[in-house]
Amino acid sequence: MSEKDDKVPAEESSPAESPARTDGPTASSTSGEGEPGAKSGSEDATATKSPETKPAGRSSSALVDTVLTTAAAIFLALVIGAVLMALSNQEVIDSMGYFFVYPWDFFTRSFDVVTTSYGALLKASLGSGEAVSHTLNRAAPLICAGLGVSLAFRSGLFNIGAQGQIILGTLAASYVGFTWDLPAVLLLPTSVLAGILAGALWGAIAGLLKAATGAHEVISTIMLNSIAASGILAYALGEMKSFQRPGDELGLPQSPPVPDSAAFPEVFGVHLGVLLAILAAVVVWWLLTRSTLGFELRSVGANPDASRTAGMSTGKVFILTMAIAGALSGLAATMLINGDQASNNASLVGTIGFDAITVALLGRGTPLGSVLAGLLFGALAVGGGAMQTSSAGTAPEIVQVVQGLIVLFVAAPAAVRWLVRQRRKEPTDTFAAKEATA
Amino acid sequence: MSATVTPEAPAAERPVRDRADKLRQIKLVVTFAIVFGLVLWMAISIDNSDVLFLNAASPDKDHQPEAFNGLRLVWVAVAVSGIALLAAAANLVPRNGWALLVYLAVGLSFYVAFTVWYYADQDSAVEAWITNPLPSMVKYSPPLVLGALAGVICERAGVINIAIEAQLVMGAFFGYVISSLAYSNGAGMVGAALAGVLVALVLGLFSLRYHVDQVVVGVVLIALALGLTTFLLGQIPTQQENESLNTLLSDPPDPLTPIEIPGLSQIPVIGRALFNQSILVYITLLAPIVVWFLLYQTRWGLRVRSVGEHPKAADTVGIKVNRVRWQAVLLGGGLAGLGGAFYTVGSSGSFTDNAANGQGFMALAAVIMGRWHPIGATMAAFFFALTAAMKDDFGLVTKVPSELIAVAPYLATLIAVAGFVGRVRTPAADGQPYVKD
Amino acid sequence: MQLQIQGLTRRFGDFVANDAIDLTIEPGEIHCLLGENGAGKSTLMNMLYGLLEPSAGQILLDGKPVHFNTPGDAIDAGIGMVHQHFMLVPVFTVAENVMLGREGGPILNRKAAGQRVRDLSDRYGLHVDPKALVEDIPVGVQQRVEILKALANEAKVLILDEPTAVLTPQEIDELMEIMRQLKAQGTSIIFITHKLREVKAVGDKISVIRRGKIVGTADPSASEAELAEMMVGREVNLVVDKDAPEVGQPVLEARGVTIIDPRGHEVVKDVSFEARAGEVLGIAGVQGNGQTELIKSLLGLVRPSAGDIVLDGDSIAKHGPKRSLAAGIGYIPEDRSHDGYVATFSVRENLVLDLYRTPEFSSGPALKLAAIERNADQRIAEFDIRTTSRETPVGSLSGGNQQKVVVAREFSRPLKVLIASQPTRGVDVGSIEFIHKRIIEERDRGTAVIIVSTELDEIFALSDRIAVMYDGRIVDTVSPDIEREQIGLLMAGAVPEKGGAA
Repeated sequence: MSEKDDKVPAEESSPAESPARTDGPTASSTSGEGEPGAKSGSEDATATKSPETKPAGRSSSALVDTVLTTAAAIFLALVIGAVLMALSNQEVIDSMGYFFVYPWDFFTRSFDVVTTSYGALLKASLGSGEAVSHTLNRAAPLICAGLGVSLAFRSGLFNIGAQGQIILGTLAASYVGFTWDLPAVLLLPTSVLAGILAGALWGAIAGLLKAATGAHEVISTIMLNSIAASGILAYALGEMKSFQRPGDELGLPQSPPVPDSAAFPEVFGVHLGVLLAILAAVVVWWLLTRSTLGFELRSVGANPDASRTAGMSTGKVFILTMAIAGALSGLAATMLINGDQASNNASLVGTIGFDAITVALLGRGTPLGSVLAGLLFGALAVGGGAMQTSSAGTAPEIVQVVQGLIVLFVAAPAAVRWLVRQRRKEPTDTFAAKEATA
Repeated sequence: MSATVTPEAPAAERPVRDRADKLRQIKLVVTFAIVFGLVLWMAISIDNSDVLFLNAASPDKDHQPEAFNGLRLVWVAVAVSGIALLAAAANLVPRNGWALLVYLAVGLSFYVAFTVWYYADQDSAVEAWITNPLPSMVKYSPPLVLGALAGVICERAGVINIAIEAQLVMGAFFGYVISSLAYSNGAGMVGAALAGVLVALVLGLFSLRYHVDQVVVGVVLIALALGLTTFLLGQIPTQQENESLNTLLSDPPDPLTPIEIPGLSQIPVIGRALFNQSILVYITLLAPIVVWFLLYQTRWGLRVRSVGEHPKAADTVGIKVNRVRWQAVLLGGGLAGLGGAFYTVGSSGSFTDNAANGQGFMALAAVIMGRWHPIGATMAAFFFALTAAMKDDFGLVTKVPSELIAVAPYLATLIAVAGFVGRVRTPAADGQPYVKD
Repeated sequence: MQLQIQGLTRRFGDFVANDAIDLTIEPGEIHCLLGENGAGKSTLMNMLYGLLEPSAGQILLDGKPVHFNTPGDAIDAGIGMVHQHFMLVPVFTVAENVMLGREGGPILNRKAAGQRVRDLSDRYGLHVDPKALVEDIPVGVQQRVEILKALANEAKVLILDEPTAVLTPQEIDELMEIMRQLKAQGTSIIFITHKLREVKAVGDKISVIRRGKIVGTADPSASEAELAEMMVGREVNLVVDKDAPEVGQPVLEARGVTIIDPRGHEVVKDVSFEARAGEVLGIAGVQGNGQTELIKSLLGLVRPSAGDIVLDGDSIAKHGPKRSLAAGIGYIPEDRSHDGYVATFSVRENLVLDLYRTPEFSSGPALKLAAIERNADQRIAEFDIRTTSRETPVGSLSGGNQQKVVVAREFSRPLKVLIASQPTRGVDVGSIEFIHKRIIEERDRGTAVIIVSTELDEIFALSDRIAVMYDGRIVDTVSPDIEREQIGLLMAGAVPEKGGAA
C-alpha cells in the first residue's frame, strides 16, 4: 500500500474529474482552501492542450467498459461463491482429508457441488416458463425500489430509507385492500395508489428534513426505517384489529391478504405489477433525461452550489426527489400486497429495501441498469432457495454474499481489473466514483 | 503591519442579529416549551405521589423496591425545564459546548418526569417498580460506545465508517467462535477485535486503495457481514457430521461476569452501575478518555485530525495521508469489533442471527449527534443505551403503547439531528479519498 | 544551498506540462519564475517539493542529485514551500499547524511549540499569536504562518507560490522586506508570480516559463512590456479599449446591507452603493474583505441580516436567485468550478443551466431538447468556445473555455445588471482580452455592470468608478484616475481624507 500506487488513478483522471471538494460551511472558510481557480497550474494547462483525449469516443467505449467490468464483477463474485459452496460441503471437506492421496476426488466433488448448486439456481430461475414468471414477480419490487434509490442517487441523496418506505406502502395498500368496500375496478387502483402515496409521504419526510434543517439523509432515513418497522408496523400488527388475521392471535401476528378484487391480474403467472415496474423505469428515464425536474435533479446531484447559483431550489429538489423515490418504493410494496397477495407481517418486506440499494449501485443509477440488476437479483433470490433443496444442499445465504460481492466489485473496477489481471489504463470513472466527487 | 489588521469586533458591537441565530432561539423555545408543557401536565395528572424504586437491576437480598415521593422529583423537573424555557426565551442559552449541558438538563428532566408518571397510579394487583436504569444502561453500552468511538476515529481521519454494524456483527460472531474454540473469553474478545479489524481492512482496501465511495463500501460490507455470519452459523456442523467440533462450538465458556471493585461499588445509586460490571464494560468506560487523549494530546491524534480536515496540508508537511488513515480505520475496526463481543462473550455466550440488530446505525447516529467528538459521541451513545434499557424495563406497565417506547431513540435522534445538530461541521475531508494531483 | 534543475520533465498522458526545464538557483538569490496561468509553474514546484514525480530529469542540491518521493523528503533536504492555497488546517491553532509533521515526540507539547512560534515570529518580525485558530486570523497573517512553517523546518530554499494574490499592496511590501531579510541570511528564494511589477521590485534573476518551457531569462531591469511579451509569446494589449461611459439611471442599489456569516462573524457591514446603467462599477479590495458575501447577496444567494437590495425600485433582497435571474441580473460567480458550472454536465447543458426553465427551452415539465442543442451550437460559435463537441463535459475544458461557457450563458439574455466576480481568474491572456471586450460591450448596451476583482490591473482596466472594500465596509468610492498607492492605502483600511464622492 505504498504512496506510489495511489498516484496512478490521479494522473489518469486529472482533467475530466471535477476536483473533490469540501461541502458545507467549511468550504467558505478563510483558509483559502475552496478558492477560485484552485486548480490553476497544471490542470488548466493539461486541459488546454488535450481537449480531445477524453471526450472522443467516450460514450461508446465507456459503455463497453461498463458492460465488461459488470460482467467481470458478476463472474468473479460467482467464482468466490463457488469456492464458498465447495468449502462448505461436507463431502468436499471429507475429500480434503485425503487430498494428497486422491487429489482428484476433491476437484470432482467440488465441481459436482458447484454445478449442482448453480444448475439448480439456473433451473429454478430461468429453466421453465413458470420459473421465469417467478423470477419476474420477484424482480418487480426490486426494480421499483431500486429505481427509487437510483433516482435519489442522481440528486446526490443516499436513500437508505427504501425499507421504511416499502413498509409504509404495504401497510397502506393492504389496509385499503382489505377494509375498504369498493367495486373491483376501483379497489385495485385505490389500494395501489394508497401504497404509492404512503411511500411517497415517508420518503418526503426525509427530503423535507434535509431541505429544512440540513439533517443528513443517511441518518434520517435509517431512523425512519426503524420507526416504520418497530413503531408503525409493530403497532398495526399488535394493536389494530383490522391487521390481525382471525385465528392467528396466538402465533405470529399477521394481517389477512387483500381480496382477489384488489389483486393484480395475472397472465401466464406474471402479474400486472411487472408491467408497472417496467413502466416506472420508462417514466424515470423520461424524468431524468427529458424533463426540467430531471435536469434540476441531476444538476443538484452533481454540483449543488452551482445549481443554487443558477436559481434552482435544492430544497425543492430534495423533497420532490425523495417523494418520488418513496412513491417508487411504495409501488414496490404493492408488488407484495397486490401482486403476491401476501399477508403483512413483521418479516414480509425482508431485506428488499436494502437489496434495492445494491440494485441501484449495480445499475449505476440508471433506469435500464436498475431493471437489469433487479432481474439479476430476482433470479438469484428465486434460485437461492432451489440451491438449498438441491442435492448439494447449499446454504441460500451464499446468494446474499454473492450479491454483496458483485456490488463491491462493480464499485471498484480497479480492484476487479487487478483481480482478473487485465490492467487497462482507464480512470476509475464509475457511477460510484462520480457520486463521491459530486 | 499589525496596524492594518484589527481583530474582529467583539459581540457587544453587533446590533444586527443573524437569522440563523433567531431561528435557533425559536427552535429552543418551541422545544423547551413542549417539554415544559408535557412535564407540567404529568406533574398535575399524578394522583398518588408515591412510586416504588429499586436501586438495582433486579431485586436481591440487599436491594428491595422502596416507595418514595416521586411527585417532588417531577416538580423539580418542571422547575428545571421552566428555567430552561425562560433562558431560551431571553436568549441566554450559551452558544458553545455548554449548551449541551442545558440540553442534557432538559432531556433529563423529561426522562425523570416521564418515568415517575409512567409508574405512578398503577391499578394492577402487583405494583411494578422503577429500576435504577444506570446498571442496565451501562451494561448495554459497549457496542454503542465502542462503535461510536470507532466512527469518531475513522471520520476524524476522513473516512466515513457506515460499516460499524458490520464490525459489530462480525465481532459478535467471531467472539463467540474463538471463545468457544479456545474456551476463553479473553481469546474471544481478541478474536472479536480482530474480526472488526478484518472488516476495516476491506473498508480500507476499497475506500483508501481503490477510492470507492465510502458510504457504498460501508453499506455493502453490512450486507456481506450479515450474509457471511448467517452462512457461517449454518456451517457449524451438527452432532452427526462432526461431533467434536459441534461439542466445542455449542459449549462456549460462561459469559463475562461482573467484577466488583471494592469500595467504589458501594457509592449510592451509581456505585453498582459503574463498578460492578464486566471487564468489557470497564474497557468501554475507559475507552472514551483514552480516545480523547489519543486524538487531542498525541502526535498521532494531531496527524489523524489533520488528514481528516486538510489532507493536502498534512501531505505537504511530510505526513503519509493514507498511512495515517489506514491506522485510524484499523484501530476503529478493532474497537467496534470488541464492542460486538458484547452480544456473545459479553452477554448470552452464543451467537444469534443479526445480533447487532441495527445498533451499529445508532452508533453512527451517536457520532453525528456527538459532533465527531469522542466525549460527545460517548454521551449520545449512553443516551441510546438508556433508551435500550428503558425498552426492557418499561414492558410491565402499559400506560403508553410499547411501540412508542420502542421508537423513542429513533424519534429523539431525528429531532436532535434535524433540530439541533443540523448543519454541523463535519471533518472537512470526511468521505473524500485523498488523490494527489 | 545551490539548487539545480536539469532537464526536468513532467507528462500527463500525452500532454507535456514541463518540458526539459533547466534552472539554477544560487544561495542567497531571489529567483523569480514568471509565467501566466497554466504555464506549468505549479507543476515544476510540485516536483521540487516531492508532490509530483518527474517523468524525466533530475534535481541537484549543491551538486548532488536528490530524489524526493514525498514532501517529507524535500523538507528534510531543506526545501520549504509557501503554497498559493495555504496548506493550513483551519481548525488547528497556529502552533498546532507549525508543529504538525515535526511534533518532537509522541505526546504533544503545545507549550514548547508555542514558544518556538513566538521565538521565530520575533526573530523575523512576523507578529503571530501561536494560540489563535487559523480560521480566525486574516489571510495575510495566515500567509505568515505558512512562512513560519517553512522557517521552523530550517528551509534553505524557500519556494513562494503566487504569494501576493491575497495581500494588500502594503502587505506585499512587507512580504518583500521579509524576503530580503531571508536572503540576507543566505536563504535562496524561488518567487513564482505572474505580476511583472513584483518581479522587477525584488528579483535578482528572472526566468520566464511558457507552455511548460523556459523561454528565456531576463534581468530585473527589463521593461514590463518586454517581460509581458516573453511571458505570453506575443505582444499584449495591457489596456482595454473603451469609450467614456454614457451613465444612466441607478439600476441596482444596496442600502445598508449587513451580512453575518454562518460562523457568526459580521462580514459585510452597512454597505450602500448604486450601480448605474451604462457604467462599470469596480469593487476593489483584498480577498476576504466581504466582497464574496456582498456579491452573493446581490443575487439573493445570501440573505442580508439587515439592509435592502433594490432593483429598479423593487426590493429583491428576499427574492432568491431564481427571481433575481429572471428579473435581469446576469451573474458570473467568483469560483466558476464551485458555482458557475456543473463539471460533469456537457457544454450544451451548462449553457442553459439557468435558462432551462424559460419558455424558450421548456414547455411544461418537458425540456425542448432541439432548442437546447441549437442554442449550444450558436453560443459555441459566437463565443469561440474551444470544445470538441457540445456534448463534451465542461470539466474537461481549459479554464478559459470554462469561463467562456459561463460568460456565454449569462450574456445570452437581455440584462439589466451584470455582476461579474473575478471574471478572468485563472484564464489565459487570449480569453481575458475576449471577456473584457464583451463586458465593455455589455456596458455600452446600457447594462449596469459590477466587477469584483482582487487584481488591481483588472479594476483599473474596466472600471468607470471604483469602490474599495476593507473589513466588510466600502471605505471609499473613487474615480479610476486615482494613484495606485492611494488605492493601496484604501485597501488596507486607511480612512480617506476627502469625502466619499467620486
